[in-house]
Amino acid sequence: MPKPILKTENLTFSYPTEGGQPKVVLNGLDLEVEEGSFVAVLGHNGSGKSTLAKHMNAILLPAGGKVYVGGMDTSDEALLLDIRRTVGMVFQNPDNQIVANVVEEDCAFGPENLGVAPGEIRQLVDEALESVGMYHLREHAPHLLSGGQKQRIAIAGVLAMKPRCVVLDEPTAMLDPTGRKEVMETVKKLNAESGVTVVLITHHMDEAAQAQRVVVMADGKIVADGAPKEVFQRVEELKTVGLTVPETVELLYELRKEGLDLPLDALSVDECAQALSQLLT
Amino acid sequence: MALKDITLGQFFPGDTPLHRLDPRTKLLLVVLYIVALFLAKNALGYALLALALFSAILISKVGFKAVFKGLKAVLFIVIFTAFLNLFYTVGEGEPLLSFWVFHIYWEGIRTAFFMVLRIMMLISSTFLLTYTTSPIRLTDALEELLGGLKKLHVPVHELSMMMSIALRFIPTLIEETDKIMSAQKARGADFDSGNLIQKAKSLIPLLVPLFISAFRRADELAVAMECRCYHGGEGRTRMLVLRYALRDYVALALGFGLIAAVVGANFLGVF
Amino acid sequence: MQPIIQTEKLSHIYSPGTPFQRAALVDVDFLAYPGELLGIIGHTGSGKSTLIQHLNGLLKPTSGRVLVEGKDIWENKAATRQARFRVGLVFQYPEYQLFEETCYKDIAFGPKNMGLDEQEIDRRVRQAAAFVGLPDSALEKSPFDLSGGQKRRVAIAGVIAMEPAVLILDEPTAGLDPAGVEQIMGNILDYHRSKDATIIVISHSMEEMARRADRLVVVNDGRLPLEGTPREVFAHREELEAMGLGVPTMTDLFHRLRAMGADVDPSVYTVEQAKAAILNALARKGSTPASSDGRGAV
Repeated sequence: MPKPILKTENLTFSYPTEGGQPKVVLNGLDLEVEEGSFVAVLGHNGSGKSTLAKHMNAILLPAGGKVYVGGMDTSDEALLLDIRRTVGMVFQNPDNQIVANVVEEDCAFGPENLGVAPGEIRQLVDEALESVGMYHLREHAPHLLSGGQKQRIAIAGVLAMKPRCVVLDEPTAMLDPTGRKEVMETVKKLNAESGVTVVLITHHMDEAAQAQRVVVMADGKIVADGAPKEVFQRVEELKTVGLTVPETVELLYELRKEGLDLPLDALSVDECAQALSQLLT
Repeated sequence: MALKDITLGQFFPGDTPLHRLDPRTKLLLVVLYIVALFLAKNALGYALLALALFSAILISKVGFKAVFKGLKAVLFIVIFTAFLNLFYTVGEGEPLLSFWVFHIYWEGIRTAFFMVLRIMMLISSTFLLTYTTSPIRLTDALEELLGGLKKLHVPVHELSMMMSIALRFIPTLIEETDKIMSAQKARGADFDSGNLIQKAKSLIPLLVPLFISAFRRADELAVAMECRCYHGGEGRTRMLVLRYALRDYVALALGFGLIAAVVGANFLGVF
Repeated sequence: MQPIIQTEKLSHIYSPGTPFQRAALVDVDFLAYPGELLGIIGHTGSGKSTLIQHLNGLLKPTSGRVLVEGKDIWENKAATRQARFRVGLVFQYPEYQLFEETCYKDIAFGPKNMGLDEQEIDRRVRQAAAFVGLPDSALEKSPFDLSGGQKRRVAIAGVIAMEPAVLILDEPTAGLDPAGVEQIMGNILDYHRSKDATIIVISHSMEEMARRADRLVVVNDGRLPLEGTPREVFAHREELEAMGLGVPTMTDLFHRLRAMGADVDPSVYTVEQAKAAILNALARKGSTPASSDGRGAV
């Protein structure tokens, strides 16, 4: 097995509360993310998935256990910049992560901080904007763009640092369906064409279904881990941790309860239609 | 309320000679222009300055409309200053018009007229600067021009970063103000009536959420900046390097020429 | 039936007379009936937000009229103010409008602005809190100490406490996880049922709308091209897709099944309906589930 790009070992984290009893958010978490893979982390609000994301590039440091980024221990302060250029982060609110007034200048922010030579920055910025399909808007003011476009700029800003991995923390939560589609297409393309490792934190089942691997979190622990088709078959289990399954799986599940012989791993509408048509025609 | 219509600090991207000038040159030119405005003493001087401004606006292609729209925001100040000068300037000869305690002299009209021109041209020239220069480049220019102060331990980089972030978030916060105002109005809040104290009090439901949101944004932005490896000005490079070109020297020479012409005009006794 | 809200040839133009002039609504005749749950769908920028802000007098029409309970809300100042209270409007991400020290005070803001007496305010605050499942103990807490989902419920309670006859919500479930969505929608339905209030919901989720709404209105390009029951509206699949809107997953599925030659009615939009329709089709075909694998009967 290739070396994991991200690795947590018995990771624990807790917030202090007023009552004195600290609230445990991550409870002994072991996770390995393979380089080049596309992993979705699913969980309800408060499951600890965002806290996990913040450990992946040393915004938070483990209270117990270890986090390794490309083999580097995140608690080693001397490695901070190397860790952050290895793993880029994209957050929920696109407005609050855009620094500059002009798209291309925002995109240049990361490489500028890393002290890259001006001519080289230009090239990195152009490439990054091309890859998210925003090159033609490079001279626009970000606040006039749509949510999906803003989020793609945020992704480009991270890509300009040439990271090996991108962690996206609910990047579509504030977007409309068009924006969500734009961002998901961008993310998939990024993974498929540039081989960048993608960790997508989400509570949308249909987004998680597009990943190669789904990790389900509840109460600071991993409760399910596998290919989407495997994970989504565990309908009852997912419901008990506050999640739903895609409607296609839900229908197949309901029909199976009625005694019909149907597979549960037909995730997409197409696959589901295929499975059902065999019964009906 | 059309808060969104405020054009302050807005940048119109373009590729005109004015856009291509080094932001430091443009900043210096505006300073020179303002100096010239205060040196001008007669109509010829003002005419020269107006001509320079008009040509600059034409070259910039931002359109006179955009510049006038910016002037609308300061209309009150302009009118106020005009009246002040009109009524308070005491001339040598007989007043042209007298009523109650007011006396209007020929000199008053002249001063008021020039004062209005001066303010409008001053504002227009600074608007032209922000319209044709991206805020980031403008703050870059400030940082460069004030670079000498770094030796005196003035945090020039931090200040210019703060300024550019502030500029970046002005439209966002204006939009947010609009939204919160509508939301509180939907709960029956009244921002328009009552006396001054009541009005100030009615702003609490607007200001508290606005501040909380600004702090939340600041917090999230700080994390996002750190994630993009921001660690202060040290070792930082820029994508756009400021470099003076021939056109900058020409433009600056023109700027100094304008000052000389205005001073020269002062010696010609026209109007 | 008499509509509770009605617009007549309502038009709204933003920044008239400037280069930014833009018609957000064009001759819109919109109707909402007492006690119904009406869904509004449309993509971002279609004009749906502009439309709902006219219904309680936050925006003034460029032309046309808005009638609430039969009265023109712009007839005089009192009528406009009355409309504010009869038609409650919950904006997107309402949690960002909270400002008071305690949840109680925040929920009381609306009723106070209505000029109600202390006792009535107290009754309304407690009832509104109960509607959104906020325990009495939380009322004295600062709203800023609550979780995101709870904050949103407090904000919704702030509008419910005005006891509007029509409650309009702009994407009340945006950004929530499935459990949060269920909870907020449950709260809204509780208010709907117990006060017999009209509910108007804007949502991007076709599944959500299909499941809950009595009637749907589609907003596109400042007009209302489609209107009717979910079954009627979702029958226009191609038109909806041309507007950048989709149909519920189940409707999509059944259209495909039909294209594959299955004998099913495509006007299906919830999982429950889909299940019934498939079992039905199998029964008609004569191959009951019992015979297909012998495990049980329908």
